[in-house]
Amino acid sequence: MKNNAAVKVRSGRSLERRLKDNWQLYLLLLVPVVITIIYKYGPMYGIQIAFRDFKPSRGIVGSKWVGLDWFVRFFSSPNCGRMIKNTVLLSFYSLLWSFPVPIILALALNQLRFKGLKRTVQTVLYAPHFISTMIICGMIRIFLSPSGGLINLLLGTSIDFLSESGMFRTIYIASGIWQEAGWGAIIYMATLSTVDTSLYEAAKVDGASVFQRILHIDIPELLPMAILQLILSASNLMNVGFEKVYLLQTDLNKATSDIIAVYVYEQGILNAKYSYSTAIGLFNTLVNIALLFIVTRIARKVADYRFI
Amino acid sequence: MIASRKSGKLGGLSDKASDVVLVTLCVIMLLIVAYPLYYILVASFSNPYDVYAGKTFLTPSGFTFDGYKAVFADANILSGYANSIIYTVLGTIYSVALIYMVAYPLSVAELPGRKALSIFFLITMYFGGGLIPTYLIVKDTGLMGTIWAMFVPGGLAVSHMIIARNFFENSIPGSLKEAAEIDGASKMTIFFRIIIPLSRPIMAVMVVFSMVAYWNDWFTALIYMKGSQAPLPLVLRNILIKSSASATQASMISGGYAELNKMTEMIKFASIIAAAAPMLVIYPFVQKYFEQGFMAGAVKG
Repeated sequence: MKNNAAVKVRSGRSLERRLKDNWQLYLLLLVPVVITIIYKYGPMYGIQIAFRDFKPSRGIVGSKWVGLDWFVRFFSSPNCGRMIKNTVLLSFYSLLWSFPVPIILALALNQLRFKGLKRTVQTVLYAPHFISTMIICGMIRIFLSPSGGLINLLLGTSIDFLSESGMFRTIYIASGIWQEAGWGAIIYMATLSTVDTSLYEAAKVDGASVFQRILHIDIPELLPMAILQLILSASNLMNVGFEKVYLLQTDLNKATSDIIAVYVYEQGILNAKYSYSTAIGLFNTLVNIALLFIVTRIARKVADYRFI
Repeated sequence: MIASRKSGKLGGLSDKASDVVLVTLCVIMLLIVAYPLYYILVASFSNPYDVYAGKTFLTPSGFTFDGYKAVFADANILSGYANSIIYTVLGTIYSVALIYMVAYPLSVAELPGRKALSIFFLITMYFGGGLIPTYLIVKDTGLMGTIWAMFVPGGLAVSHMIIARNFFENSIPGSLKEAAEIDGASKMTIFFRIIIPLSRPIMAVMVVFSMVAYWNDWFTALIYMKGSQAPLPLVLRNILIKSSASATQASMISGGYAELNKMTEMIKFASIIAAAAPMLVIYPFVQKYFEQGFMAGAVKG
């Protein structure tokens, strides 16, 4: 259909004519394209320093080619296994726990008949999304403080949660749900708002309860969007939120909080090991891309067999 | 069927009972999210010792404005505020302008090369050079330590551009653009006279998203900027994460370590409120457009 329309347009006017008609649009695009080339594609070209012994004085191409040396060094470093494991597990558990919450929120909010309450709940649930990670981590540290932090006051204990490596993932994931679940529900709310209301009416006439309506109308409606969201998050498995881990890391919880992204930052920016850091970052990106392909393929299979 | 409608109970709870369940569930979620913020707000007006003694669960204890006074007397925090405001204002103008400059041309169906240009921008959403290669480019192009580093390299949010592009395609009547073209309006005239005025809701959302991103950003400043150029969240890192008092605070206190310690704790609570409040006040104004915006963006990825 679209192609036909395009062909029609094309046959109507010559390419030269269309280029002339649209020169102002190219003018608008000029600055964004140049900036994207310099600051997005430029760094992609720079990735090759992962295979070189990069010395700023010699430039990228002038630096010596060392092949996979940096990767070998990373894989033989003592904490490599721990970092990969921590990155994958933190991400995986995070996805596992965080994924269903927005869906449940959206299902409940969508069936809420009191519009005023619904709006208030939405407004409040969105709030934490608009707060800086820095502030959130400051709050986490206050609440978890061993001397008089809210959690310890409520439990009547004085545990230093951030020094317990066994608690790190729970803290990271729970605070993540607290901050983003409400915001994550928007996409599902938007999907549910397209449900044909006559379906609800018909279900009501048939005597279906609210929960039956959720089960038989809302959930099937959300399923494709949920799968799409799952694919998107799964393909980001290696991109754990660097900021939050970095700000919540302490010397004592490193057994679980030591992740690749923090190491990339420390080696690259703090120690100026540019090539080494780039190599590790590249490894991370490649794993992500591989995951994206695997998950999309699985989802396509599952989706075909379920929906068609 | 009629019987079941009357009883309203076939296979589950009645509408009234389910209302109770739903309302309870929603109120619980509301409290879980709101209480931590409320607790910090109360603490910011309280004596920190009372906070840590558990006397401020619902209302302030030892009501005081000292925390806020200390926050707004701290030279570092004030300069952080000023820096954050500058970065946020310039960054937002830059980002929203860039989004429009890309989204509008890409929404014009007959633009030659539209598909290739779309892919050119989309790729950057999935693949990037990574931390160090980007850092080196920023350094090589002389942006290091200048205000430009805060928004020029990372200012184009491609995902937001797609939302805007889909809005231009689907929600602005094509007949308007055609009529304008027949009247001899140029593409630029259509942009300024039709697209921009008719896309106010989406622009409001883009402005708020950009503002929030710049106001909350600290990592860009951490790697590219000097200490005196730190935005508010980065200034607060010393107080919130490292729990250390700044030099100005230390010089203000005469009562020794205990007093200094108390002041540091008070500043923590008050500075959290002072840093979070601006964005929390702004977003409810555009909240009704969020769903609309996401839907427009989801129609076509």
